[in-house]
Amino acid sequence: MIEVKNLHKEFNGINVLNDISATFEKGQTSLIIGQSGSGKTVLLKCLLGLFEPERGIISFDGRNHSELAINTKRKLREEIGMVFQGSALFDSLNVEENIMFPIKMFRNKTPKEMLLRVNEVLERVNLVNSNKKYPSELSGGMKKRVAIARAIVMNPKYLFCDEPNSGLDPQTSTLIDNLIHEITVENNITTIINSHDMNSVMEIGDKIILLKDGCKAWEGNKNEVFYTDNEAVTSFVYSSNLFKKVRDVYTGNIK
Amino acid sequence: MNYLEHTGKYFTMLKQVFKKPQKRTIFNEMLFREIEDIGINSIGITAFISFFVGGVVVIQMALNLENPFIPRYLIGYATRMSLVLEFSPTLMSIILAGKVGSYITSSIGTMRVTEQIDALEVMGVNSLNYLVLPKIIASIIFYPLLVTLGIFLGIYGGMVAGVLTDLISMQDYIIGLRTDLDPFHFTYSMIKTVVFAFVIATIPAYHGYYVTGGSLEVGRASTKAVVWTSVVIIVLNYFLTQMLLS
Repeated sequence: MIEVKNLHKEFNGINVLNDISATFEKGQTSLIIGQSGSGKTVLLKCLLGLFEPERGIISFDGRNHSELAINTKRKLREEIGMVFQGSALFDSLNVEENIMFPIKMFRNKTPKEMLLRVNEVLERVNLVNSNKKYPSELSGGMKKRVAIARAIVMNPKYLFCDEPNSGLDPQTSTLIDNLIHEITVENNITTIINSHDMNSVMEIGDKIILLKDGCKAWEGNKNEVFYTDNEAVTSFVYSSNLFKKVRDVYTGNIK
Repeated sequence: MNYLEHTGKYFTMLKQVFKKPQKRTIFNEMLFREIEDIGINSIGITAFISFFVGGVVVIQMALNLENPFIPRYLIGYATRMSLVLEFSPTLMSIILAGKVGSYITSSIGTMRVTEQIDALEVMGVNSLNYLVLPKIIASIIFYPLLVTLGIFLGIYGGMVAGVLTDLISMQDYIIGLRTDLDPFHFTYSMIKTVVFAFVIATIPAYHGYYVTGGSLEVGRASTKAVVWTSVVIIVLNYFLTQMLLS
């Protein structure tokens, strides 16, 4: 479980995150949604330890991140898996080497054991027979799968995904969403996804947090999204005509 | 950001770079990759430039020392001195600053803008140590070899040019090469090379690591890195010469 209390972050005197508090439960897929510039990525980077917040507490299963020693922080990072928006695969390494990298760096395993684990996760993300391909030879969806495979290869307790389906077609997006959700449930991990894709909200949003201008504007789940009168939610979610129509069908308000 | 702030940030970066590698086997793999990328791949350009510059130096010397009171072997002597003291360590370093420096900035800068460095940090990898230390060690190991090769090929190129154009006999040239031979000149040359190798690896790495933005900024950072590396090499060359030879 990840707990965030009164998190505050600013850049050059400008508030980017204001008093954010939230709890992200184990075995659940939590989504942070909001418009571009609402502070989603900054919040995620604060959780990952890439940005140091000005105020507030971030704790991983009771371990306060800011109070941990540098070595313990590094150890904690071994429990974290991250899927970046652009996949962030290492260009100079092939698929197998990319996925193997964290094990090679932090575990003392034989090459045979490492390869076995790599093949295991590749099979889990439905990407067999791609071991020797380089990132430049992969499609966007395949890159995302490799990124997910790399993120879960160390059996992380916490999984972070920054817009995992950006740039993907709706069908591949759904596959990636479902894959992340299944992995979350199977391994009982705490997953936090940054997204502004409403399909993801509808598919896998066990918990949804809406950010607006750096503040938490709403919190709920995928079903509550349709019933809430919160203005921030309605203006964000129903800015799309498609979702307006879906809501009308869902609530029986078909005109 | 002012120069003082950049200097401070550069030295803070070096503090992170010079830490014990997290995994020896991965460090060794990276080191061999860098030796190939920034060392072995520079042999061709070093050999080509050194050979022809050596030839040009001999022709220039011969054409400017036509006084009958000046012995011809001085051409060989002057060629050796200019190649050992300045051309090979300094000019080659400036050329390598362009070739290798831009490679280092663009490769690290691209990793930065495509979040590959963030990915390393999230995993718990000391990205500076992982990316920059192998480049520094590879440069420091390999550049003295490149410069030595440059000296020999420059001298050989000078001999070929001198003899082919009939400006100096091989015998005079060899006598010149052996005149007043001071082994410290080679030591001086190697000391300069090691210092310049460090500069060539670290300044471009700094510019690449802290780049923000996209591919355009990576390109700008590469240009800036080459300019600053060349400036620092020239300034250090002055101080090292003053300290070691005067």
